[in-house]
Amino acid sequence: MQASSVEIRKVNKFYGPFHALKDVDLNILPGKVTCLIGPSGSGKSTLLRCVNFLEEYDSGEVRIDGQLIGYDAPGKKMSGRKLREMRRSIGMVFQQFNLWPHMTALENVAEGLIRVRGLPKAEAQERASAALTKVGLADKMQNHPSRLSGGQQQRVAIARAIAMEPRLMLFDEPTSALDPELVGEVLNVMKTLASEGMTMVVVTHEMGFAAHVADQVAFMEKGELVGCDTPSRILHQPDDPRIQSFLRTYHERNSF
Amino acid sequence: MFSLPVFLESFGPLIWAARYTLLISFLGIGLGLVIGALICAARLSPYIALRRFAAVWVSFLRGVPLLVQLLVFYYTLPVIGIDVPAFVAAVVTVGICASAYISEIWRGAIAALPKGQSEAATAIGMGPRDIWTRVILPQAVTMSLPALINELILLVKASSLVSVVGILEITRASQAQAATTFRPLEVYIAAACIYLAINLCLAVLGRYLEHRTAV
Ligand SMILES: Nc1ncnc2c1ncn2[C@@H]1O[C@H](COP(=O)(O)OP(=O)(O)O)[C@@H](O)[C@H]1O
Ligand SMILES: [Mg+2]
Repeated sequence: MQASSVEIRKVNKFYGPFHALKDVDLNILPGKVTCLIGPSGSGKSTLLRCVNFLEEYDSGEVRIDGQLIGYDAPGKKMSGRKLREMRRSIGMVFQQFNLWPHMTALENVAEGLIRVRGLPKAEAQERASAALTKVGLADKMQNHPSRLSGGQQQRVAIARAIAMEPRLMLFDEPTSALDPELVGEVLNVMKTLASEGMTMVVVTHEMGFAAHVADQVAFMEKGELVGCDTPSRILHQPDDPRIQSFLRTYHERNSF
Repeated sequence: MFSLPVFLESFGPLIWAARYTLLISFLGIGLGLVIGALICAARLSPYIALRRFAAVWVSFLRGVPLLVQLLVFYYTLPVIGIDVPAFVAAVVTVGICASAYISEIWRGAIAALPKGQSEAATAIGMGPRDIWTRVILPQAVTMSLPALINELILLVKASSLVSVVGILEITRASQAQAATTFRPLEVYIAAACIYLAINLCLAVLGRYLEHRTAV
């Protein structure tokens, strides 16, 4: 597996008059884990969703392995086909899992292999079952999502993404909807992926994960990327007062 | 005095007439499903002219009583030189009327799906056609089944209105029966029983579908 790099240059995004992303710059190196942290409403999801163009940015550039995503040239939209082609190698995991409830775990994972990769059904199911085994769900393949715990559902969602053999994985608060005791099983799967050299961008409030797994941590506030550095520089010796204040609130909330 | 023999005897002709009630309701909902799908697609399309057309279609058909629609349709067609049998006119009118409600049922079911459902598909590179046929429609159709059964029950009852264009369905047959036997009470209670039996069957079917789809 080759891992992708992502370059984000002066990206701006508006929702009507609201300036959601302000000249955001960020470099994501191949095979590295980048955690995006910051207060709620600061634009973390918006930025993450610009990387696979689920959200259209208005100006600036997002390049995956050097290739601009979403536009052929500034202001000129990319064709749907070309965009889908690029998205095939970018996996995404959502806070609410977004599994398809009318399909079993196996069908959820096989669907993309059949429809997007064009694999025959038998081969798709074989690969889907390998992906589910990898996330520890070999015995749950025939279950519908409603018959799985939140942690299991999120692992199915991760399996659905990795079965496509992506070179980049985006996670939008993958553990925020989970009961505390189910967070660990999902983080463990993510750690395994990281150790295999996957490029990962993770929006998270799990500071422990950011501290121990991330290669770099980026902090956002009010649509701005305030700082990006090693976990220890951001989490332990931040020089920006906005980061200090965010971490203070975080520690207060988590101490008892 | 209530006459049991008259009551029982009126079932024969009324059940025979029920075939028109059932035919008109079922063909009507069939046509309504097809037109309703098209109207719903128009309503959700990116073209403003289509959306406007669909919105007008829905509000017109929901704003005018079916009885008036039937009369308008039935008496307008000959004027513009189209001669259709009453039965065809009835099915088409019922179908067109149902299409307005059905398109709204489907629009509601589609809108009720969380946005994340199609986003997850978009994110792995699925195109619009697969997203609609594999993710949105299977869920929307399943979700809408109870409401569609409900619509069918309404149509069975509303089909009594087509008696005005001379079709011998349950209601008109019972009027004729009542006039010849001079026993309106027995005859109309028999008619009520038949409507009730049909709709109870449909309600049971609806309950079953609702139960099965509540995964
Ligand atoms: N579709 C939208 N329309 C309007 N405003 C939006 C939309 N999506 C997000 N926003 C706004 O943009 C800001 C950033 O949102 P988001 O990226 O979801 O923040 P975060 O993920 O950091 O909590 C928020 O103020 C939010 O209200
Ligand atoms: Mg968010």
